[in-house]
Amino acid sequence: MTEVLAPAPAMAGSRRGVLGWLRAPRVAVNIALVVAALVWLVPTVSLTIFSLRPEALFQQSGWWKVFTIPSQLTVQNYHVLFSQGLAAGGLLDSLVTSLEITIPSTVLVTVVASLAGYSLVFGAWRGRNAAFLVIVGLMVVPVQVALIPVVQLYRNFGSIFGYNPYGTVVGVVLFHVAFGLPFGIFLMRNFFIGIPKDLLEAARIEGAGEWTLLLRIVLPLGLPAAASLAIFQFIWVWNDLLVALVFLGGNVHQPMTIYLYDQTRTLAANYWIISTGAMVSIVVPLIVFFSFQRYFVRGVLAGAVK
Amino acid sequence: MAVVPVTEDQALAPEGHSSGSWRQHLGSLVFLAPGALWLLFIVIYPAVATVRYSLYNESATSFVGLRNYQSVFSTNAILTTFRNNVIWVLVFPFFVTFIGLVFGVLSERIRWATAFKTIIIMPIVFSTTASALVWRTIFDINPHVGVVNAVVQTVDDWINRPGSYPLNPSEGQTVASLASTGVHAIPGGALESTRTVRPGGTVQMGLTGLSPTTIALLDARAAAVPHPSGRAVSGLVWRDFSPSHPNVTGRVFPDEDGLPNLRLALTGADGTTVATTTTDSHGAFRFTDVPNGAYRVRIVPSNFRSGFTGLFWLGTRSLTPTAGLSQTAQSLLSLPLVDVAMIIAYLWIWAGFAMVVIGAGLAALNREVLEAARIDGATEWQTFRRVTMPMLAPVLGVVFVTMIINVLKVFDIILNMAPGSSQGDANTLALAIYNDGFTGGIHSGLASAIAVVLFILVVPAMIWNLRKIQA
Repeated sequence: MTEVLAPAPAMAGSRRGVLGWLRAPRVAVNIALVVAALVWLVPTVSLTIFSLRPEALFQQSGWWKVFTIPSQLTVQNYHVLFSQGLAAGGLLDSLVTSLEITIPSTVLVTVVASLAGYSLVFGAWRGRNAAFLVIVGLMVVPVQVALIPVVQLYRNFGSIFGYNPYGTVVGVVLFHVAFGLPFGIFLMRNFFIGIPKDLLEAARIEGAGEWTLLLRIVLPLGLPAAASLAIFQFIWVWNDLLVALVFLGGNVHQPMTIYLYDQTRTLAANYWIISTGAMVSIVVPLIVFFSFQRYFVRGVLAGAVK
Repeated sequence: MAVVPVTEDQALAPEGHSSGSWRQHLGSLVFLAPGALWLLFIVIYPAVATVRYSLYNESATSFVGLRNYQSVFSTNAILTTFRNNVIWVLVFPFFVTFIGLVFGVLSERIRWATAFKTIIIMPIVFSTTASALVWRTIFDINPHVGVVNAVVQTVDDWINRPGSYPLNPSEGQTVASLASTGVHAIPGGALESTRTVRPGGTVQMGLTGLSPTTIALLDARAAAVPHPSGRAVSGLVWRDFSPSHPNVTGRVFPDEDGLPNLRLALTGADGTTVATTTTDSHGAFRFTDVPNGAYRVRIVPSNFRSGFTGLFWLGTRSLTPTAGLSQTAQSLLSLPLVDVAMIIAYLWIWAGFAMVVIGAGLAALNREVLEAARIDGATEWQTFRRVTMPMLAPVLGVVFVTMIINVLKVFDIILNMAPGSSQGDANTLALAIYNDGFTGGIHSGLASAIAVVLFILVVPAMIWNLRKIQA
C-alpha cells in the first residue's frame, strides 16, 4: 500500500501520537475504529448483497437475512443483465459508453495540461504568473455556469460547420476536457516547477528544440504527476452525471451514471438493476484506485477536489 | 478547489526577462495554445455569456433586465434552494472536517491504519449517483429494506413490545371500532365484556375490523366455545365475521376464526385485576380457581399497541418548528429530515478525503515542537490546543474551504437520493439550474441568473485560493 495511507514513520516508533493527552487505552481506540470501519462498510456490503439476491426479495426481507439464509444468494441478476449483450441502453452498452467518454477525456486532459504546464514554467513569455493565477481562479468555476451557453455554442458550431457536437460523445468529451484543464494545468505546473531549469538550459545550448526538451526531459520526470492527474480525471469523468445528462440529450447510448439514474423512477421494482449496475459501475474506478492508489492519494493531496 | 500546503512549493516563480530565441517563444506558445483555446471557448466565454443570458427571457429572445434576478429572490421554490445551500454549507464542512480530524488522529494509534484508511476512503471513488442510490435504501421507510429503520424497529420492539393486534391509526382504526358483540370499549384503551360473569360461567366476545393478514400470521383456528367448568371463568374471543354470513353478527359460525394470543385480565367489581391469561389458537381462554364473585373479562390495551413501522427519513418533515409561518418563512426556515439523511450519506463519501488530507498534515507536523512543549510542562490538552491545533490550522482550513466549494455545487446526491415527493424541499442551486435550464418548461434566463448567483457565492473561495498562492 502507499506511503501516504501508511502510518507516519515518526509514529511507528513512539505510539504516543499527536494526541498524547488522549490516553484512552489502545483497546478503546481499536474498538472505536473497528466500529467506524464496520459502519463505513455497511453501504458497500449491502449493495453487493442486493445485487446477489433475487428481485422478489427486495421488499420482503432485509438484505442482512443472507447471513442466516445464505441460499438466497444468486448471480441471476448479473446473468440477466449481461446476457442482453451490447443492446443499446443495456448495462454493457452503458459500460462501453462510459469508457468512450472517459478514456479520451483523460488522455486529452493529461496531454493538453502537460503542454500548458510546460509553457507556464519553461516558456519565455511575459505574464505567465498572471496566466497561472487565472488558472487557479478557474479551478472553482462551477460547471453549471457554462452549461447553457455551451449547448448554444455547439448548436451554432453545427449550423456553421455541419457537425453539432450536442448529443454526442464528442460534445461531452470537449466539455469534460475544458473543465478538467484548470486543475490539470495547476497540478502539472506545480510539479514542473520543481525541475531544475539548468537541466533545460544545458540541453538548449546543445541545440535541443522545445519538443525534444518536453519529450526527453520534462515528461519523463513529470510522469508521477501526469499519472495522478490521469487517475483523478478518469474517476471524475467516470462518475459524472450532470454533464452527460445535459450534453448527451436523447442519445440512445448513455453512460453508467445515467443508466442508474434512469431506473430511479421506479426504484423498488428496479432495484435489482440498480444494485447490479452500481456494482459494475464501481468496479472500474475501484480497480483504478487499487492499482494506482499512491498516485490517486497524491492527486487528492496536490489539489483537493472539484 | 484548494491547495494543500504539505505538497511541493507552489508559490509564484520569479518571472525572468525573456532571453530566449523567437523559436523558443513560438515553441512555448504553441504548447500553451490548445489549453488556452479550450478554456477560452468552453469555460471563460460561456461564463461571461451566462451573465448575458441571465438578462434575457426564458427563450433568450428578448431583454428583460434584472427581472430574472427578481424572480430568483422572490420565488419560494428558489428561496428553498438557498436555504438548503445554507444548511449544507453550515453543517457539512464542519462535520466532515471534525470526522476527518478524529479519524486522522486516532488512526495514528492503531496497527491496522492502512486497512482502516482504505475502508474509509473507498467511497470517494464511487459515483455519487451509486452512493446516493445505496443510501436511499439504507434510509428506506420499510424496515425490511432500510437498515436504519430496521435497527430503530428492533430497539423499539425491545423497549415497547407491540401487541399481536396492532391498530392502524392511519386508517382511522380505534379500539372502540373493534368491539362487535358482548364487548365494549372502556377508558384507557381496553375492551371489556359487557356482562359480568361468575365462576362456572362463560363469556363470548366478538371483535371485528381486524386485518385478515394479522389473523393468518397468528395461525388462528376455527372459533370454539370452551365447556364451562366449576371454579373457572372460561370463554371465547372470536372474529365476529363469517364469510358465509357476512351480515350476521353475534353468532359463532363454523367458518369464523378464534383470536389467538390475546392477553386478558379478569377484573373484579372495583376494577382490580384478579387473574390474567392468554387465548389459545381457537380463541378460547380459561381463568381457573376463581373465588366467588362477579367479574368482567378485559382485553388489555397492550394487545392493540402498534409497533414501529418505519420513519420516512427521506421525507420533508421539518426539524425546526414552522407551524403558523407564512409560505415564504417556511421556505426559508424549515429543516427537512431528508437534508439530514443526505448530509449523513455525503459524510460517508467525503470523510476519507478529509482524513487523508488531515493525516498528511499530522504526519508533516514538527514532532520536536510538540516534545518541547511537553518538556516545558504543558499538559497534553494544552499541547494539543496551543501547539498542535495552530500548526494544523492551515490544513483544516484547506479541507473546510474545499468542502464549502463542494457543497455549494451539490447536485448528484439530491437528484438520486431524495424521492420525487421530497425533491422540491431538498432542491439546491445547482439542481435548480439543471431543472430550470434543461428539464420541463425550460427557462434559460432564470437558470442563468441562478448560475450567476452560484458563481458569486463561489468567488470568496476563489479569492481565498488566490491569496494562498500569492502568499
